[in-house]
Amino acid sequence: MADATVDARGLQCPMPVIKVSQAVKGMESGQTVEVIATDRGALSDIPAWAKDMGHALKEQFEENDEFHFIVQKG
Amino acid sequence: MTDSSEKMVIIAASGDLDKAWPVMILATTGAAYGMDVTVFFTFWGLGILKKPDAGLTGDDWRQKMLSVFKPGSTGKLGLSTMNMGGMGAKMMKGLADDHNVASVQELLEMSQDMGVKLWPCQMTMDLMGLSRDDMIDGLDEPAGAGSAISLMKEASISLFI
Repeated sequence: MADATVDARGLQCPMPVIKVSQAVKGMESGQTVEVIATDRGALSDIPAWAKDMGHALKEQFEENDEFHFIVQKG
Repeated sequence: MTDSSEKMVIIAASGDLDKAWPVMILATTGAAYGMDVTVFFTFWGLGILKKPDAGLTGDDWRQKMLSVFKPGSTGKLGLSTMNMGGMGAKMMKGLADDHNVASVQELLEMSQDMGVKLWPCQMTMDLMGLSRDDMIDGLDEPAGAGSAISLMKEASISLFI
């Protein structure tokens, strides 16, 4: 279970990345956030953002046409 | 890990909706990447920062004419092509609404919340007869090409849109 959840369902680029960046700001290093998105662009945008920011993408899966990403703050 | 002092500069020279949109999308995303983002608004790009109720601006009849034909503010931007007297822009905004795409106005406000610096170009403001009162609140001090160049020399991303 992640420490926080970002519900970005229905939102388009660039909002999933903006939302998760804002959530991570208030978190401690090592904490995790789960992002749920429906924007297909998030499939490449969230992992790219996490890698560049030094966060770890712990898990990524698709469920009922929704994309889930578990990101651990670096 | 991204260095928090990494810089991104965007020169926003167009008042077209289809240019203002990517300007604000990239500015907010740069801020989401922890970058220190500055957007420098010049020529028609200044229109993005105008207040919706700025009305007739300038002293000279030519400046006034510009403000009639290019009223500015995020709500009145037109498309660079297929604008069809504003119908095209209206259609595009309707589509954006249907697809849950954030509007230029929403992105502009978000960019300010995220600490993006918005610089109006002093020379174009003078040229068009725009005062600080004609522009939205929360802008940085108007600046010139020199400031833009010194910033771009230090920036890892510089864009002209």
